[in-house]
Amino acid sequence: MSGRGGRTIRVDTLARVEGEGALYIKMAGERVAEVKLKIYEPPRLFEAFLRGRHFSEAPDITARICGICPIAYQMSAVHAIERALGIRVDPAVRLLRRLFYCGEWIESHCLHVYMLHAPDFLGYPDVIAMARDHRAVVEKALRLKKIGNRIMQLLGGREIHPISVAVGGFYKTPTKYQLRDLVDDLEWALEASLATVRWTAGFQFPDFEQDYEFVALRHPDEYPFNEGRLVSNRNLDIDAAEYEDHFVELQVKHSNALHSVVRGRGSYLVGPLARFNLNFDQLPEVARNAAAEAGLRPPVKNLFRSIVVRAVELVFACAEALRVIREYEPPAAPRIKAPNRTGVGQAITEAPRGILYHRYALDEQGLIVTAKIVPPTSQNLRRIEDDLREYAAQLVAWPIEEATWKCEQAVRSYDPCISCATHFLKVVLEREDTRVGTEAC
Amino acid sequence: MLIIGCGNRDRGDDAAGVLVAERLRQLRMDVEIRRGEAAELIEAWSGADDVIVVDAVMTGAPPGSVFLWDGQHPPASHSSTASTHGLGLAEAIELARVLGCLPIKLRVYGIEGRRFEIGVEVSPEVKSAVERVVRRIEAEVKPCSLNQVPMNLRA
Repeated sequence: MSGRGGRTIRVDTLARVEGEGALYIKMAGERVAEVKLKIYEPPRLFEAFLRGRHFSEAPDITARICGICPIAYQMSAVHAIERALGIRVDPAVRLLRRLFYCGEWIESHCLHVYMLHAPDFLGYPDVIAMARDHRAVVEKALRLKKIGNRIMQLLGGREIHPISVAVGGFYKTPTKYQLRDLVDDLEWALEASLATVRWTAGFQFPDFEQDYEFVALRHPDEYPFNEGRLVSNRNLDIDAAEYEDHFVELQVKHSNALHSVVRGRGSYLVGPLARFNLNFDQLPEVARNAAAEAGLRPPVKNLFRSIVVRAVELVFACAEALRVIREYEPPAAPRIKAPNRTGVGQAITEAPRGILYHRYALDEQGLIVTAKIVPPTSQNLRRIEDDLREYAAQLVAWPIEEATWKCEQAVRSYDPCISCATHFLKVVLEREDTRVGTEAC
Repeated sequence: MLIIGCGNRDRGDDAAGVLVAERLRQLRMDVEIRRGEAAELIEAWSGADDVIVVDAVMTGAPPGSVFLWDGQHPPASHSSTASTHGLGLAEAIELARVLGCLPIKLRVYGIEGRRFEIGVEVSPEVKSAVERVVRRIEAEVKPCSLNQVPMNLRA
């Protein structure tokens, strides 16, 4: 390798991501020699914790995997187990589960758009510095996030670690009156989300488009949460039961998290961009119009624009929550009986960061024999490294500090939840003649 | 007065704030339990004038050391573990100050942790510190607790 221009981007602790990890990019001349997204957090042992437990415990155990998206884990768990048992929930329960997911999407997307991601576009190191100049914006974000949290508290039974989700339904369902109490807040939230789309659409985005394989659920009648076939823009169209025939997890030396790839093809993208591109026609009119005004037309191939897509999904989540509340009639019973029986069930639901796959095998006593959980961030990890390989190549002439900052931004565009995936993040950009930053862990 | 215990029960000594909260609840005190994420903490203490927050910290001091900060001189971000989320207690205090919604009186009890891995036991040093903090808060909140009631008034 020539000595000229060889360098390394290193970020030992990636800021504003959920979890702990580091990024290391080695450049040799004009070429990117190596990209490693290092994951430090100890591997998740939840799949092993679940073995030998009764299926009814799965939603409460898996909810502990992530503090940001516990509902997603509960949803994938109950849907997979219900499939293993061969039971179908009351339509009212199905609606409530959609409302529950709306709450989590509002809270998670609001946190990422405003508190973690927007400072990148406005040139602030963090939301605290941003709040000094944009106080009203941050106050709005806190109010919006609180509304998502209200939904989660009402349906989840308490502030953290929701406990109301059961196989077959809920332990307790709300009254119509309790849901109607959310309407004023949600109408405000819908307007605030529309303002969020306009606000984020005005940001400057790097010119960086990639040819992604987008993977998301698709349902014939609705924007996906809990049901649908798994589809991609490369002719994938499968049931959740076929997931492991088409996707494989690979171990890599530098990471505690497994890398998921499409068999025979490689990396793929899950999350807001994939959902938006594959389900644009299923968005409610208010969200489609907001996207059009923001200049978003599927397929959106620039990952940095995912902040605007998240804002569009905020609009969707608020509108959908209002629809559910209008249509809701309490179910005859909060849950249907879930009898013990042998079976295997798989389910995929759309967590805020993308598809979350669960598979459970149960014995005749309803005990879990095996469990498999593939979180969205581990499905995106290979794609993040592929993006950085392309993106860092565009940055070879940039001063190292700016290039490092840009690479961190690229990673944050994915809203990686490394806590979930390890089963986290620090960044290092290195030229062979220069070393910037502290030593890697 | 509002008391908030934050942390994650599943990550060893990060449970310290939650354990204090649970013990105070056993003593029939009204205590909130939170993860320790900034927006959630600001929401929890909004409107309250007098707030106590208990969280695990990592300052390099011996495990089980107990720190008391006031809201005007909060712990630096790097010394607060607040487990794995991007924005924790230190950021919550700073953000609330910028937004003008910091409680008039805010005290933070920090319990120095030793191990934060998923699924590990709480260390003995932290267990003992939890009891010390519980007694301290109980004495603050209940200046007229049973022990201080004259013997002849006891049931």
